[in-house]
Amino acid sequence: MNAQDIRAAVRRLARDVAERAKAAGAGRDLAIVGIRRGGVFLAQRLRAELARELGAEPPLGTMDIALYRDDVDQKGAAPVVGPTDIRFPVQGKTILLVDDVLYTGRTVRAALDELVDFGRPRRVWLAVLVDRGGRELPIAADFSGGRIEVKEGEDVQVRLVEGGAAEDAVVVKPGRGT
Amino acid sequence: MIGRHKHCIALADYSREELLEVLDLAVSMKEVLQRPIKKVPSLRGKTVVNLFFEASTRTRSSFEIAAKILSADALNWTSSSSSVTKGETLVDTARNLEAMRPDVLVIRHAAGGAPKLVADHVACSVVSAGDGAHEHPSQGLLDCFTLREKLGTLEGKTIAIVGDISHSRVARSDLFAMTKLGAKVRFCGPPTMIPAGAETLGATVHYGLREAVEGADAVVMLRIQHERIGDPLIPNTREYSKLWGLNQKKAAEWLKPGCVILHPGPINRGVELAPEVADGPRSVILDQVQNGVAVRMAILYLLAGGSPPDGAAAAAKA
Repeated sequence: MNAQDIRAAVRRLARDVAERAKAAGAGRDLAIVGIRRGGVFLAQRLRAELARELGAEPPLGTMDIALYRDDVDQKGAAPVVGPTDIRFPVQGKTILLVDDVLYTGRTVRAALDELVDFGRPRRVWLAVLVDRGGRELPIAADFSGGRIEVKEGEDVQVRLVEGGAAEDAVVVKPGRGT
Repeated sequence: MIGRHKHCIALADYSREELLEVLDLAVSMKEVLQRPIKKVPSLRGKTVVNLFFEASTRTRSSFEIAAKILSADALNWTSSSSSVTKGETLVDTARNLEAMRPDVLVIRHAAGGAPKLVADHVACSVVSAGDGAHEHPSQGLLDCFTLREKLGTLEGKTIAIVGDISHSRVARSDLFAMTKLGAKVRFCGPPTMIPAGAETLGATVHYGLREAVEGADAVVMLRIQHERIGDPLIPNTREYSKLWGLNQKKAAEWLKPGCVILHPGPINRGVELAPEVADGPRSVILDQVQNGVAVRMAILYLLAGGSPPDGAAAAAKA
């Protein structure tokens, strides 16, 4: 995916989310939570698009799932913990969880566990820019910007200008997987 | 691991980067404390044993709640109700507790060096919760955390530490950490309570309260450690309070605007701090208590989280 594809995908995601939110009567109680780190910039872009679609800017939070990982014992040092910042009440809201790449589903599992510690949302939707398959848990995206077929051992990287990339791009690299 | 360290015993051994690793993580931990559900699953299945050979309410409860918020199991063990009263040695006690497979032993002891001695004989991580007049590393870290929160940074700031410096493990941990983070430290107290050669540790020494606190960005008031003092070092507490205690009038006249007042607790009200000052707008004493939980969560997470640093696992850093 190049910069243009990504822009189009984000716009389409926002349109789909807005449509579904309106249909569900959730336009006004929609809130976005970006999963650190890849999901945060994407969440910011989606919010800007959603503000246009819905006529109001939904609240935005960010979440770091390190404290909820299921592999704390398997990595060398304890995983680095980044900031979580959710300043709106989650209770009763329709939460749009946002991440860049959906792979095993373990990050989303951790994010769901963390989210409910802030309150009981009315419902949770998952939006991702790229679905690369390879799920290890029964988790699916409600909104996906596109599916990329990759071989085992390959790594999908979403590079956005906000994260220091020269140009937006989604690239497949030989690696150990995300 | 905190940087190179498997234990948290002496901030004198910690580098600036290692101190910052704990302090930065504690910011995220403090956020967890503000949530409606104050519990994260990161240390599930881990055990933290609190081994307290000396009285403590704040520190012991703080470590206990920090462990519980991280979902670790916390076991509290106090010497008054233990086999120490039957003559068991420190190392034997620690080894017996270790046989119960804890991941972290938190130790407070009246003898300086006790946590290090235990660390040399057990396989798990050891955290000092204060040993004699040696160090109180988690207090030093939480004081630095509170100052970063209130002053933005310690870089270029001046901190006055007032009281019985000789017998204070807090003064030592504060000094080591604060100077590494770029602050200038002033020690102040009666000459009998300032250790010989204090200047060689990197602090300036002041015998008058006014010259110590004027221009300071923060003042740490210490309690007189009656339990550690054999011969009286001061004629009486009334005279001490008059010369080195901080009351409303002195605070108003001598402290610069924005200067905050810290105290590791417990306070002897009316001796080192007048009640109006302890409860006044400059006081950050209760912030220190809450920050203490966040800092101890960070210490426990770094030491008990992750796999032991042996073999290939250590290479694959998350």
